[in-house]
Amino acid sequence: MTQNLVTFTLNGAARTITVPPQTTLLDALRWQLDLTGTKKCCAEGECGACTVLLDGRAVNSCLVLAIEVDQAAVTTIEGLQNAGRLSRLQDAFLAEGAVQCGFCIPGMVMAAHALLAENPQPTGTEVREGLSGNLCRCAGYQRIVAAVLTAARGATGER
Amino acid sequence: MAPSFGYAQPHHLSEAFDILDEYGRDASLLAGGTDLVVGLRKRRIAPRVIVDLKRISDLAAGIEETEGRVCITAPTRLSDIIADRRIQGHFPALVEAARTVGSVQIRNRATLTGNICNASPAADTAPALLAYGAEVVLISRHGSRRLPLDEFLLGPRRTSLGAQEIAAAVDIPVPPARTGSQFARLTRRRGVDLATVSLCCTVGSQVTRFAFGAVGPRPFVLTDGSGVLADPDSNPAARTGLLRDFVAQATPISDLRGSREYRQAMLLALSQRALRTAIARRDRT
Repeated sequence: MTQNLVTFTLNGAARTITVPPQTTLLDALRWQLDLTGTKKCCAEGECGACTVLLDGRAVNSCLVLAIEVDQAAVTTIEGLQNAGRLSRLQDAFLAEGAVQCGFCIPGMVMAAHALLAENPQPTGTEVREGLSGNLCRCAGYQRIVAAVLTAARGATGER
Repeated sequence: MAPSFGYAQPHHLSEAFDILDEYGRDASLLAGGTDLVVGLRKRRIAPRVIVDLKRISDLAAGIEETEGRVCITAPTRLSDIIADRRIQGHFPALVEAARTVGSVQIRNRATLTGNICNASPAADTAPALLAYGAEVVLISRHGSRRLPLDEFLLGPRRTSLGAQEIAAAVDIPVPPARTGSQFARLTRRRGVDLATVSLCCTVGSQVTRFAFGAVGPRPFVLTDGSGVLADPDSNPAARTGLLRDFVAQATPISDLRGSREYRQAMLLALSQRALRTAIARRDRT
């Protein structure tokens, strides 16, 4: 089987992996790089559980071939922490009780992170639109949206 | 995961054509990959090689406006098309349509040309492109040709793209100043759902075009040159009659998204609304 060398920036550090062409970015992250925060669920771009940032944009890592990210920058949920501290957005998810079973949350957080980077003060409608590619099987949408709005206001831990 | 295949990342068109010469129909072209990767995993397609178009220097992503036409190259992502002020100004219904494709994550990868080449009967961007009169630019080692989208789309997952050709761009004429348009789409849920019915209406001072999606083997376009639909003061019975004739051209199937009868009824209702909105937008400009 053909193996290809892929060199890219992963959560700020240079990485090189060897993959066959059919390996998705999602599988490379989970099985080769041991970054299991990114979840695998539908594997066809419907649920958003595998959302990561590719050159700053939210994408479904199940629909990206690992080989395509050569020379690109990838950020996963593990890359949001700073010196062992959660990001303000992650704190807001905890403060708002937005996490139920938790399976969708890494994808939700990554999609919300990309949304806030582009639109730091979104309306509730804009948050729902920004997260419309992420499904929550617990149907915990209200608190997830509230968490993103809380993070945008910069007021965490008040409820 | 998908069965194994080779991967080529040409940097020049000539290299891409070399690969197509060698592999022909056994090669699949990759732009955004949001349909292709799903097809690979579900084994709907089994190419021997995948040709990634994103690093070809003479086919860079971009949108260019020249002499009353706007050209969108194949690797251009839907999110960049949606954010482009020229596209927003000239083709608001295309922006409305592109915004319904998948989700933010999908639109950050998916391309307009890819959406067309995938040739789904429910392709969200096809009705708007058909109504605006878009052409597909096809290039090969021997030159280039342009096909109206209406001729490019042959049927479900079937296009006029030749085995040695690359769909390099979608090229759309800028509509006359006094034109209004609207895209409309019915789905069961917002985001990541296929259209039950979709349509686009464009209205000029005389000519009205309707393009319908998800109600036949391929999206298609219909034209009223009589001026009846374009005139909000024309006989309402005549207008409704024309719209009913248009809707009668649709041959929807019954599936989990809706029955044939439901689709036909919704197509008429959405067409009437879209016509009203398109006329209002035209008369506001």
